[in-house]
Amino acid sequence: MLGYLLRRLLYAVPILIGVNLLTFVLFFVVNSPDDMARMHIGVKRATPEAIERWKAERGYDRPMFVNAEAEGSARFTETIFFDKSLRMFALEFGRADDGRDIGQEIRDRMGPSLAIALPTFLLSLFASISFALLLVFFRASYLDFWGVVLCVAMMSISSLFYIIGGQWLVSKLWALVPISGYAPGLDAARFLVLPVLISVLAGIGSSARWYRTIFLEEISKDYVRTARVKGLSELAVLFRHVLRNALIPILTGVVVVIPLLFMGSLLVESFFAIPGLGSYTIDAINAQDFAVVRAMVFIGSVLYIVGLILTDLSYTLADPRVRLQ
Amino acid sequence: MSAPMGILLGFQPVVLWTDALLFLLVALALVSALRARAQAPLRAAWRKVGRRPTGMAAATVLLAFLAVGLVDSLHYRPLLPALENAAGADGAAGAGPASGAAPPAPPVSTEVLSALDALLAPLRLRTEKTYSAPFAWTLYQRETVESADGGQVREYPRLAHGAAHLGTDPAAARGGDVTLRVGKALTQAALAWLLAFLVLASLVWRGSGLRWGEVALAMLAGRTVLAWRAALVTLAVLLAVVAVCVELAPLYHVLGTDKVGQDVLYLALKSVRTALVIGTLTTLVMMPFAVALGIAAGYLGGWVDDAVQYVYTVLNAIPGVLLIAAAVLMMQVVIDTHPQWFDTAAERSDARLLALCFILGITSWTGLARLLRGETLKLRELEYVQAARAFGVRTPAILRRHILPNLMHIVLIALVMDFSGLVLAEAVLSYVGIGVDPSTISFGTMINMARAELAREPMVWWSLAAAFVFMFVLVLAANLFADVVRDAFDPRRA
Repeated sequence: MLGYLLRRLLYAVPILIGVNLLTFVLFFVVNSPDDMARMHIGVKRATPEAIERWKAERGYDRPMFVNAEAEGSARFTETIFFDKSLRMFALEFGRADDGRDIGQEIRDRMGPSLAIALPTFLLSLFASISFALLLVFFRASYLDFWGVVLCVAMMSISSLFYIIGGQWLVSKLWALVPISGYAPGLDAARFLVLPVLISVLAGIGSSARWYRTIFLEEISKDYVRTARVKGLSELAVLFRHVLRNALIPILTGVVVVIPLLFMGSLLVESFFAIPGLGSYTIDAINAQDFAVVRAMVFIGSVLYIVGLILTDLSYTLADPRVRLQ
Repeated sequence: MSAPMGILLGFQPVVLWTDALLFLLVALALVSALRARAQAPLRAAWRKVGRRPTGMAAATVLLAFLAVGLVDSLHYRPLLPALENAAGADGAAGAGPASGAAPPAPPVSTEVLSALDALLAPLRLRTEKTYSAPFAWTLYQRETVESADGGQVREYPRLAHGAAHLGTDPAAARGGDVTLRVGKALTQAALAWLLAFLVLASLVWRGSGLRWGEVALAMLAGRTVLAWRAALVTLAVLLAVVAVCVELAPLYHVLGTDKVGQDVLYLALKSVRTALVIGTLTTLVMMPFAVALGIAAGYLGGWVDDAVQYVYTVLNAIPGVLLIAAAVLMMQVVIDTHPQWFDTAAERSDARLLALCFILGITSWTGLARLLRGETLKLRELEYVQAARAFGVRTPAILRRHILPNLMHIVLIALVMDFSGLVLAEAVLSYVGIGVDPSTISFGTMINMARAELAREPMVWWSLAAAFVFMFVLVLAANLFADVVRDAFDPRRA
């Protein structure tokens, strides 16, 4: 088990290096820092001095890989590649365009992101699985048919519609909760109810339908028939046998996203003005703050790899036959 | 360059990259349809699609959207009125050269129009000053106008075009006028449907060996092998909606107007092409990579497999939105720093649209490649492939003859399954600011513009509603069609 974990962590290193190289190529080779400076300052006002100043402020005025002017190890550390790319492995992300430390900002914003993402995740898991089990219980009936139709219709609606419609209906027309905003502590609940409910509603269509397919596949197997022949009630079959055996495919899709919950949801956070990592990313994209986008890409991939390892671990919990070695 | 030809035709045809690829896709679909006719298993699978009422209904709706998108993909640049020597030719109004009256300026307008623009000229050109509600005869906000006696009053000014034919008392005349015209339109739609039914029934009847009346009755009663009744019902609804729009749209703003007074119906119809381009071309451009790498990894194994797996794990490791954001930001810098590559604004926004397709493709090919790799691993162990190897058939020939044809159903399923997700993604990405160019008309840009007006009192809802309803119908049809296609082609669901 421990050996397995170590090996998986070692596997992660080349992948992170790959992510790092890819972002480096995207941000510094496809476009030279000069191009970025020109766009950032505005093509009309981009004098050579302004470009130099912009690059110097951000540390983009160094050589790419090898600094011929420096001595010793500084030949390699005083370069863009080391400073902007390799430092990320030490979780040093540098400063955003507004001068704030990106690492600090990320630590501050993780809380609000989690406060919205975690309840959303748990609630939608519960709601989708319950709905799917209901449809499976009434399979091949009108309820099942119209339930699937409802799922397909719900997944055909743009998530923007859920958000805009929900805000309009609940906050504006009924005035039940504030339209947007955030408060620390327990006060936050008031602001979180609507975004959480909307996210759950927006996701339930596709996930319930997916779980239904998994359950149906499981329910046609021989052991289920055996269980029924034994005289178990349909509910017992569903909960004790089908649900447990369907856990493996469900976990495959679900566990991987748990670490990514830290990243928050871009859309919901920006519509509801929640100061989490999602809205941070959107603001950075709109302000073309490349340093922040690079940092988020790196963190995202680290979390994804953590998710993959967690998925494997969760298999051992769900299915005692699985041994990791 | 092709100015002489342009003068001859009255316009200069323009082929944008996405146009070319869209028509290439249609050509590919036609070729594979012809080949599928010759192969019994494929024919049987497609018949299975046709037998399901949802499949036929969804296909009818999708074909309608496809027609709009394809007509919108025939681009041209109109001649400038000065050269046409035709006063009052409003085809290129407002599209004069930016430099003022420069005689040796290019003889064609810098504005790129499409065949759909020409068809919808009444909608495109009759712009109002700002917002107006559907079927309104006044603007949505008060303006200060001078009254007859010289004083100033705040009132809702009459629209320049919407409901302008109603005379002095539009409030009284509108209801009757609309009812009358809807009635007329529905009659026309019924006639058109009857014609379509006669043609379709005759096509079905040909070679069936039955009497025509029997076939027609069976179609109406839903007793045919293929679900013609579902298609006919859908067609009736579509024709009714289209006829009503054709009748009313030149006189009213059926779906209202947006902030700069453009007709929302026009914007919604123009958005269809963008959605189709994103939904289909993304899969088209990533398919060669996914197929080649997936098969190579699965069949060759060894270091090729390791390398391919490494590449797609790295791409997968980056959360999709962030990779798209990073790539789009960088692409925008490239496009902005090389203005000399593009003749017209349309070509520039087209480049961004195509770049977006490539970027979405790069982030989404990994799933398909993984599926294909797994399936290839299974196929290469089958007896007939091993027999081919034992007979000394070369690897490329095995791949072409034995592996590739047996993977095509996965590719087809991926193509239809991805479509709806991509259409929805476009709207979200455009909202985030990493979607299509802001000048490209798309559902995303429509929603983005309308969103700011939600806070108004009373609310401006029609732009949003139009975008959401069009998108919903398109995506729902695509989802239903995708389900039917998957059921028919996936051997595990037989």
